[in-house]
Order: sequence, then C-alpha cells, then structure tokens
Amino acid sequence: MDRREFVKLAGLGGVVFASGLPGYAHAQKPEDFFFVQLTDTHWGYKNDSVNPDAGQTLKRVVAAVNGLAVQPDFVMFTGDLTQTTDDPKVRRQRLAEFREQVAPLRARVRFMAGEHDASLDGGEAYKELFGELYYTFDHKGVHFIVIDNISDRAPIIGEKQLGWLRAHLATRDRNERIVVLTHRPLFDLYPQWDWATRDGAQAIEMLMPFRNVTVFYGHIHHEYHHLTGHIAHHAAMSPMFPLAPVGTMPKKTQMPWDAAAPLKGLGWRTVKSADGFMQMNDIPLRG
Amino acid sequence: MARPVPLVRRRLLLALAGASLLPAAGSRGAGTIRMTAEKFKFTPQEIRLKRGETVALELVSLDRLHGFSAPDFGVRADVIPGRPVRLELTPTRAGEFTFVCDNFCGDDHDEMSGTFVVD
Repeated sequence: MDRREFVKLAGLGGVVFASGLPGYAHAQKPEDFFFVQLTDTHWGYKNDSVNPDAGQTLKRVVAAVNGLAVQPDFVMFTGDLTQTTDDPKVRRQRLAEFREQVAPLRARVRFMAGEHDASLDGGEAYKELFGELYYTFDHKGVHFIVIDNISDRAPIIGEKQLGWLRAHLATRDRNERIVVLTHRPLFDLYPQWDWATRDGAQAIEMLMPFRNVTVFYGHIHHEYHHLTGHIAHHAAMSPMFPLAPVGTMPKKTQMPWDAAAPLKGLGWRTVKSADGFMQMNDIPLRG
Repeated sequence: MARPVPLVRRRLLLALAGASLLPAAGSRGAGTIRMTAEKFKFTPQEIRLKRGETVALELVSLDRLHGFSAPDFGVRADVIPGRPVRLELTPTRAGEFTFVCDNFCGDDHDEMSGTFVVD
C-alpha cells in the first residue's frame, strides 16, 4: 500500500488514518480545517438486547462533540438518521425528533439520508424536512459531493444522478481536493450482506481522473478502510449499535449488548483536512 | 396492493424472466425449488444443493418488492408481487453460501437472508 495514499498514524483516544496525495498542489491552497462525521444514529431504534440505552445515545454523542475544545467547522451526518418504519407519519415524526435531538450541536450541521430514512418513500419525507438527497458544497478549498445511493429500494445511484455527477465533474479541476460522502459503500464491500452499490463502480470510474479523492460513508456500523486505485474509502462507527465486522459471521449481525462494556463498538469520527491529507480519528463513545 | 396478473401474462413474464436470467446451457432437466419472499424472510431459508447439479429457483413475493441475490453464484433478480421469477444456478464447489434480499424492504430487511448448503 502506497504511503502517500494511505497512512496509519498514531492516535490518541482513537485510531487515526490519513489518506490523500500531498504534493499535488491545487491552484487555491486549501486552508486547514476539521469536521465531524456522525453516521447511523438510527433515532427510533429499539432493541434492548443490542442497545438498552437507545434513547440516550444521540444525546451522548451530541455532548461529546460539543465538548471538543475546538469546535469542528461542521458536523456531517452520513445517513440513517432514523430507524425505518412503514408508517409515513412515524417516519416524519422520527425525522423531526432527530432534528430536535441534534439541535444543541454548537457547530453547523449538514445532513444526508440513509436507506432507513428515505428508501421506502423515495426520500419524500426526508426532502420535506432536510432538503435535497444529493448536492455539493465547498469548504475552505475542498469540494464536497454528496451522493444518494439509498433513495431507491435498490442499492443504486441511478442513471439520472450519474448523469448529473458526470456533468458536474466535467466542470471541475482534476487537481482539486474532493471529498465524496455516501451512505452505502460505493464499491463491492460484501454483497453477501448487501454491502454494495450496484452501479457504484460507474461513480468511482468518473472520479478516477481526479488526483485527490476521499470517500466517507456509513451503513456498516464499524470502521473499515479500503482503496479503489488511489481513492480511499472510509466507513465510520455508529453511536447506536455495532454490526459484526465484515465477513466474520454467517449473517449480518447486530452485536449483542455487553453489560461489562456497554458502549463497546460505538463511536464517531473527526476528519482533519491538512496538507493534502484527510486525517481521521475514530473515537469510541464514552459514558 | 398488487393487482393479480392474468395467467397468460404471468407465463409470458416468467418466460421473459427466465430468458434474461438463465444461462443457455443447463436449463434442461433442472430440478425446481419454489421459494417465497415476504417481510422479512425467504422460505425455505436453507436449501441443500449438490455440486455440479443445476437447479432452478422459482421465486414469488407475497407482499412487496424484494430482491434475491446470491453473489457467490452471480445471480440476482427483483422479486415483484404477482411476477414469479425463475433463476438457474449450478454450484461448482461445496460449502455454505448466503443469499440475501437486496432491495430494501423495511425494518428487518437486514434479517432477510438464507443459506445454500452445497454437498
């Protein structure tokens, strides 16, 4: 593995990874900054055998982020804000409650949906409360692209959005620093557990000509780091419940609650953009 | 609720599904296993197969859109109410192989999976 692309660093309180291609300067040098990735908060989840304290989990992680000595530039939620439901009223109620739960965050917040929020109604309720399912934004010289691979029942991006992505990327500088945010992995992580995006390879192919691309995603409820060519993909822990590490069980499994270590496997992430690297610190949730 | 599909149309859909999903070879004489998909389980959940023996799976959804995917055999299909779908596979090695629903179908979607046991 190329050190320039994927570097493990010593971490304090978590494991730090870094990815990027320092040395490829962009015309406008990005300023250093950091953001927080929170993913798979599953507000409305109830299963005492996995997380008997589900009602307090989100409060705990909000307090942890607010307790950072230096506040992040923003907090990015990468989907599955809520636990799914067949009832459209309950879906809207959970999304609204989630928004209230995270309102105390001191930093600016940005959202994207997961399949639990948006798959059963094509994102209708999510869009009412939070806005578009896919979009871009710029922050201190880094270009962020939010890709929706969850609002269809199938794990796809879809032709329409792929067309939009193709047209959008055609307008960008190939030396630009790009961060892609998705909920599901874009690559075939483990289709045996439905951890894949069927047409994700098309998006990756479109991103390949860009020299500095990092993808952050959720969905799998544990840390996972992977390279497709020079593009690094990083999944983060969930603060609500952990899933067994990929391929370690016959079936996808929610890890049972451990009374001796009640917050085991739960966590969140900070991402620092500095000197061409995206440096991640994956932080276990604490009581 | 899905409307019932006329028998002739059902046969046509079945034939079309088979034509698009079945490999040209091996379709003759295959044993057929009928499967149902519903929130949030496949029936049967465990299917025993023999190495080298082609089998046809005939799937029908009893409630809503589901998916059927057996990545180790390179087969998948949407499973739509009122539209039975037929797939064929020929295991080439022994072992246990997972199949899953790969269209998000609700709260316990993650539980919707099963196992091929190949002797």
